[in-house]
Amino acid sequence: MRDIAVVAFAQSPGTSADRRDDMAEILLPVMREALGSAGIDRTEVDFWASGSHDFHEGRTFAYIESLDAVGAWPPISESHVEMDAAWAAYEAWSWLQLGEGEIAVVYGVGRGSLATDLDQVTTTQLDPYFLAPLRPHQDALAALQAQALVAAGMLDEKQMAEVVVRARAAGMGEPGAQVSGEVTVDELLAAPYLASPLREHDRGPIGDAAAVLVLAAGDTARRLAGRPAWVRGADHRMDTHYPGTRDLTRVDTVTLAAAKAADQAGFAAREVQIAELHTEYSYQEPLLTNALELSGATVNPGGGPLVARPTTATGLIRIGAAAQHILSGRADRTLAHATSGPALQQNMICLLEGDR
Amino acid sequence: MTAEPPDASLTAPYSIEFPYNRTVGEKIGTFLGGLRDGELYGVRTASGAVLCPALEFDPATAAPTGELVRLTPSGTVTHWTWVPTRPGDDIEADHFAWALIAIDGTEGALFHAVDTGGDPSRLTAGLRVAPRWRADRVGSIRDIVCFEPVEA
Repeated sequence: MRDIAVVAFAQSPGTSADRRDDMAEILLPVMREALGSAGIDRTEVDFWASGSHDFHEGRTFAYIESLDAVGAWPPISESHVEMDAAWAAYEAWSWLQLGEGEIAVVYGVGRGSLATDLDQVTTTQLDPYFLAPLRPHQDALAALQAQALVAAGMLDEKQMAEVVVRARAAGMGEPGAQVSGEVTVDELLAAPYLASPLREHDRGPIGDAAAVLVLAAGDTARRLAGRPAWVRGADHRMDTHYPGTRDLTRVDTVTLAAAKAADQAGFAAREVQIAELHTEYSYQEPLLTNALELSGATVNPGGGPLVARPTTATGLIRIGAAAQHILSGRADRTLAHATSGPALQQNMICLLEGDR
Repeated sequence: MTAEPPDASLTAPYSIEFPYNRTVGEKIGTFLGGLRDGELYGVRTASGAVLCPALEFDPATAAPTGELVRLTPSGTVTHWTWVPTRPGDDIEADHFAWALIAIDGTEGALFHAVDTGGDPSRLTAGLRVAPRWRADRVGSIRDIVCFEPVEA
């Protein structure tokens, strides 16, 4: 394994909708900030990887527009994933592992606000014969999972509200947060259901944002950052696509990805000080925390996705935030989790570590 | 560039479609053809279990599934979520739940809508349900309008 580290990270302020800027305009200042903090210019980057979703823009190859913020001339080595940019980070990490180059830039641009009815968009990611024609509400499969956990006695609505109370308090003063503030469990439980047992606040607010991560290998990383955030282990696993064939109360793919990442890293998820979890819904935090045995770690200290969920950038922001804790010296070992697909179908775990 | 209000970028309505014909194969084809005929099919795995809907591969082992099995179209709700009705939904306003339904004699569950006549409290694990079939069926999962409670 090659030593690969996050050397810089930047993200735009959390906004529920940015209708003033196009994709390149949202991305450009964030790209400048990330490259600037690594002290490099674009000519030094060997590989570019991005994640976004064409269906949010309503046209094919919409992400090409984002290359205006990259500067794709002369021709560059570039790749795109049609999902959360956390998976672009995994691709870039693999690319650097192969020894193809020294510096890779990963970016995610989320434009979740563009769809008038996001239900139209999210169902296109589902099975085309058994699920998509029914066009289930975007929150339906998550709500079934939450209900399954409640029915199994593993969770109750008060616990979900407590997660939201803590997330919103943690989001205060965070530029990336779309919602924050002091709320009480009773206030939250008085809100109507969005999809029972989930209420509006149990779902991370969809928004528009961009995030940029700079990865570098070995001595290059040591040159670009005072304290690189070494990605010691990374793994992702996926469950079957049809939710009716899964036990929704279990997330075995999380446990398995964490075990594989721990094998590479030489330390386990439960040994980290801070965990950044891609909790799109409040019910997922206790589920993930238990699966990862995170009894001693601080979880989502900035509020996490429950205070801002820019589509296709949220998972990348988890990796960036987990790295930032190490780059700034706040922690020595951190974990980032990213998810994709309905009801935690796919899960990625990254274990990061700083030099001591 | 023409002047635009500062808070409005260009917008247009979506039209999402999959405008192709596609051969779905024996397993899914029989399942969808069964729906057109008002019948429900499952598929047997190597372990002897029956899955509904009929999948081409066993999610537990990834092995190809085997014979198709005609099922009694009734089942039991395992999990559900009560949701608001939207324009274009086929069941009455305020009657809407999505649910996982274990079809009798099968393992796992089928995802579909359940109509309890507007009463969310009737949705419980173990509620017995049967399909409400559409009159003009075309071989789609939507040939079932929804499931509805049946007397025990």
